[in-house]
Amino acid sequence: MNPQTHATSRLSLMQAAYVIARRDFLAILFSRAFFFFLLGPLFPVLVGGLAGSIGGEVQRSATTSEIGVAMSVEDRIALIAARERLAPQIGGGLPTLTVIEGEDADDPKRTLEERRGNYAGIVSGTLEEPILVGTEGQLNRWRGTIALLTATALNQSPSEFPPVTTQTVATSGANDRSDRLKTAQAGQLLLFLLTMLLAGMVLSNLVEEKANKIIEVLAAAIPMDAVFFGKLFAMLGVSFVGIAVWGTVGGSIMIAGGRSLSELADPAVGWPMFFALGVAYFAMAYLLLGSLFLTIGAMATTVREVQTLSMPVTMIQLMVFFLAAFAMTQQGSAVELGAAIFPLSSPFAMLARAALDGALWPHALALVWQGFAVAILVKGGATLFKRRVMKSGPQGAQKGTKRSFWRRRTA
Amino acid sequence: MDMPLSDTQWKDNSVNNELPSFDAEPTTSPLAIEARGLVKTFEGTTAVDGVDISVREGAIYGILGPNGAGKTTTLRMLLGIIDPDAGVRRIFGHDRPHEIAKLIGYLPEERGLYPAMKSTEAIAFMGALRGLSLEEGRKRGLELLERHDLLHAADRQIRQLSKGMAQTVQLLGTLVHRPKLVVLDEPFSGLDAINQGKLERMIRELADNGTTVIFSTHVIHHAERLCEGVAIIAGGKVPYAGSVEAARDRIPAQVRLETRARDGKWRDALPDDARREGDFFQFSLPETGIEPLLRALIDGEAGILSLSIERAGLHDAFVHIAGEAAARALEADNAAEANR
Repeated sequence: MNPQTHATSRLSLMQAAYVIARRDFLAILFSRAFFFFLLGPLFPVLVGGLAGSIGGEVQRSATTSEIGVAMSVEDRIALIAARERLAPQIGGGLPTLTVIEGEDADDPKRTLEERRGNYAGIVSGTLEEPILVGTEGQLNRWRGTIALLTATALNQSPSEFPPVTTQTVATSGANDRSDRLKTAQAGQLLLFLLTMLLAGMVLSNLVEEKANKIIEVLAAAIPMDAVFFGKLFAMLGVSFVGIAVWGTVGGSIMIAGGRSLSELADPAVGWPMFFALGVAYFAMAYLLLGSLFLTIGAMATTVREVQTLSMPVTMIQLMVFFLAAFAMTQQGSAVELGAAIFPLSSPFAMLARAALDGALWPHALALVWQGFAVAILVKGGATLFKRRVMKSGPQGAQKGTKRSFWRRRTA
Repeated sequence: MDMPLSDTQWKDNSVNNELPSFDAEPTTSPLAIEARGLVKTFEGTTAVDGVDISVREGAIYGILGPNGAGKTTTLRMLLGIIDPDAGVRRIFGHDRPHEIAKLIGYLPEERGLYPAMKSTEAIAFMGALRGLSLEEGRKRGLELLERHDLLHAADRQIRQLSKGMAQTVQLLGTLVHRPKLVVLDEPFSGLDAINQGKLERMIRELADNGTTVIFSTHVIHHAERLCEGVAIIAGGKVPYAGSVEAARDRIPAQVRLETRARDGKWRDALPDDARREGDFFQFSLPETGIEPLLRALIDGEAGILSLSIERAGLHDAFVHIAGEAAARALEADNAAEANR
């Protein structure tokens, strides 16, 4: 046979991976399930919104700022007028004043003990000698405010307030690091949430091939590394489609709600580079965790086994995140260096670093290192898969479907 | 380019791994497949133990053996799906089969296609795995489907096809890139008699066009009809690899004799292995040939009613070479297949 023929007689690793990635990507994109995949994150947002709304209502109700006023008509009019005068200056810091009359006003202590109304406290007596009744906590909270209100009602506090001119600065030395830490935290959290949401899908990615016996066709035609790479890239592509859709929807909601990124401090590398690094680190985090999950999932023989494996896998993700989150607060320490070097936590640690430190070369180095780690993990996973799974004939395979991932014997 | 391990086409192994004797005429035809001393052990169990196979380019070659004998593991090693623990394999002179993946087509025993894919897409995808563009794969897929009277299924999803049709689609996917070597693992399994006949014709056509075909089977008559060479595999070993003719020659022809006389002095002329089966005597053809025996029967007034000399079939050769146990296992597999 002509050696030159041989030189072109196979697909390169990346060509073969592309064949797999294209098939998987299109198969997922044009499936009905993908629509629900896109809708998926809306459910937690909806649930979160509802829970937040209900929780807020409960909170508001629980931390009531309603003070009952059991005073003479003149005093209560003066007190309410004083509140109106102070409101522009103090705003939310003032309680709502509710006039109490009749039996409830006669014995404020009893009114509160019998839980009539929803008062934080009741003020009685006169403006000169007000009496505030309430629990110890409420008394500590409102004592000063009631004194201010009664003093104002008696015209003993200034009725005119000098205007205060304000000037805004983007940051200050004292707040800079603290604000950037918040940006780093936000970036890291978003990266973690996206990775956790999306990388877990890879777990069950080879189950279809194994269940439909296609894996042997693939394994005979192209290297198993290419199958692994193809599947990872396809799922990464699907994830990017999802992120693009969610990002567009989320961004639109943010803009409509009058929110913007200016609420966060500018990252040290600037927003455009921070975004670019965010995309790169998401890809790396996805590929790193995905290659690990793909290998673990590929060892499983049934969907049930995959489901069982998802719990330890989630724990691994959480541990990696906690390590990176802790490392963020220890800038320059061995912990941060360790988190940046350990491949699984490296993308999270480095994204936080991008928010805190403007140097770019560590990111170039980290991305090369993470890419290398992806290649090693994929190679290892493919080798393990080839050794453990592609090893027996149909008899063995049939037995294999019933056998546990943990115990395998030859057929 | 690696040099061939041997330029000899067929090799006849002995069970005890003695030096091989060559049954067939040696040839200098290039070899499509060469395997020497392939060993594969899975967690302490030796699945394949020193398999030697040589297949010349353009040949149809069969691997015969009962289920669990090591056929699939051998094929997987030849294709590079798994690596041998010991031994060498060369496909068209290459140690690493993936490097010449475009030249190979493989139909695994466990058929598998993506259920949601349409037939044409499935064929094109299998071609793409072997380097064919999707566009060319679709075009060739339609041609192949038309040639095999399946054009009506071109736009149907695999899950909508019958088992036989899906198997044919996968076979067409195996051939779409026009490979030089086609490896079929139990290709007749699950097919009805009509489709088995079609598949036999397809295999012959491939060989006529210069494609090397190697297939495993536990149904001996397929190998007997199609193959010029076979490897008999049992318990992970290959007690015989050579031409079908040479395998049949391993055991002497059988003589079937019917006489008018029930007894007489002529019976002393019958060989020691002669046994009565109803009205007939059956025994191996003596090494001295049939003439001395005929003379003794006539002189002894046996009254010959009929006498036939039947050459041993591949099945008899299989029993002789692989042993009764392997033969029984093979027959059990056939019965199980028939029941399915």
